[in-house]
Amino acid sequence: MLDDFFVRALLAGIGLALTTGPLGCLVVWRRMAYFGDTMAHSALLGVALSLFFQINLLVSVFVVAVAVSLLLLLLQKRQALSADSLLGILSHSTLAIGLVLVAFMTWVRIDLIAFLFGDILAVTPADIAFIWIGGAVVLGFVVYLWRSLIASTVSPDLAEAEGLKPERAQLAFMLLMALVIAIAMKIVGIMLITALLIIPAATARRLSSSPEAMAVTASLVGALAVVLGLFGSLYQDTPSGPSIVVAALALFVISLLPLGSRIIHRSPAGDQT
Amino acid sequence: MLMQPRPQESVLVTLSGAGIRRQGRWLVRGVDLSIKAGEIVTLIGPNGAGKSTTAKMATGILKPDEGSLTAAAGLKIGYVPQRLSIDRTMPLTVERLMRLTGPLDTATLMAALEQVQAGHLLKAEVQNLSGGEFQRVLLARAVARKPDLLVLDEPVQGVDFAGEVALYDLIGTIRDKTGCGILLISHDLHMVMAATDTVICLNGHVCCRGTPAAVSQSDDYRRLFGDVGRGLAVYNHQHDHTHLPDGRVRHLDGSVTDHCHPDDGHHHHGHDHQHDHDYAHGHGKPTGAERAADHA
Repeated sequence: MLDDFFVRALLAGIGLALTTGPLGCLVVWRRMAYFGDTMAHSALLGVALSLFFQINLLVSVFVVAVAVSLLLLLLQKRQALSADSLLGILSHSTLAIGLVLVAFMTWVRIDLIAFLFGDILAVTPADIAFIWIGGAVVLGFVVYLWRSLIASTVSPDLAEAEGLKPERAQLAFMLLMALVIAIAMKIVGIMLITALLIIPAATARRLSSSPEAMAVTASLVGALAVVLGLFGSLYQDTPSGPSIVVAALALFVISLLPLGSRIIHRSPAGDQT
Repeated sequence: MLMQPRPQESVLVTLSGAGIRRQGRWLVRGVDLSIKAGEIVTLIGPNGAGKSTTAKMATGILKPDEGSLTAAAGLKIGYVPQRLSIDRTMPLTVERLMRLTGPLDTATLMAALEQVQAGHLLKAEVQNLSGGEFQRVLLARAVARKPDLLVLDEPVQGVDFAGEVALYDLIGTIRDKTGCGILLISHDLHMVMAATDTVICLNGHVCCRGTPAAVSQSDDYRRLFGDVGRGLAVYNHQHDHTHLPDGRVRHLDGSVTDHCHPDDGHHHHGHDHQHDHDYAHGHGKPTGAERAADHA
């Protein structure tokens, strides 16, 4: 069964979507969409460095993503620039440096498009094993740290005062994000990782009444988007990564329709921001 | 279970000479305070006086840049922060919020909500609550943990006047029933309640401290808050004098003075103020001068 490239793609995509569901919810709740995007863009720098130093691609991408997120936290504490300006600078400069470095290395020939937009149809059985094992590790940590992650999302101060160590949760969250980016790069590509994190989570919001339900729903919505996107890409001969994102978007739009009345019924009062 | 009042002398947290410095500026400095089990300590002061910062030092959220924090071993804190922003994308019911930082059985959860008249909000999404409802739910959440120390950063914000009185009464009741220590922050000088044991006026440092009655009489307090401050300890006030529009005071004996001071001989009852609440643990009523003399 694993001989078929399409089955391998399905397995890889579904495994990834199950992992990005809960993590994507945390990204959305913490208003860190752009932060995730910046970490994802830094992956190209990781690719370039891995080629240059001839180290494992995934390790290199992981390390660079962690380094960029730590740098970001450090710069944010100095508060010289607003957070979104810092994100913009880091996001695009790491991407640009990565592209420039790759261009310098005339002795390597890489498929840039595959890194930027994914090449899910080329995944190997080893890739699938990595996705499922890595995904299980990520989900294991998410479950273990869940209460602390949720509490520090609501209020880091409150979590700290009541003994839940929000800084540890924050650090773990960043490491898990870096790991997911390293895993996801090959599937949907650097440019589209954030879409797979955010769109299923946003879709799940309308269908859920608790954080836990939303995390599970986001996983299922993501998996459905992978299946629909891959079949669409097979029959319409469209690029697979973007097709998955388009399918996720379609699900999001559909989720808005039947439950539209719920949004209207919400009173605008009581917004605690 | 912490329903039994703890021994009165058990000190929960102590700040000694504590201060926080940010970007070369001291937000608050030289704070000495300690909270015992069963004691209500209220911090008052103008905006930017360092009230929240002090509370964050006491809870261990911020590490003092100078001075120190000592906390009792295994201290359990219930915290109501001043500001809380929950993104609309997080589906969070009141019930789930109650279990935010620890598991809670349904009976305790409901009892805590009923106590603040919020039982009917169990399934409501927190983003749809009014400001007052949200504050009451946050208080219920903190109390349901059965904490040793309850830290309330402006718990009555957004609550209407009648609700405010009820909420302050409830805070006193919680202290009496559970024996926990309470650190309360208020910027609303008129409403500092009579159940408070110690009031600490902050303005970057501790300006004065004492019982509500004593502090309201202190010159430091007057300097800090001007005329507004005369509303303090409104429940305690013996109306044996009238504040004239020009700031002077007419006493019952007909004389007019620049200030009303308990020792000026115009007051019938001196400083023997009446409390509305009977304290479960009763404390001596110190003279205003004794307590208020504790300058920073």
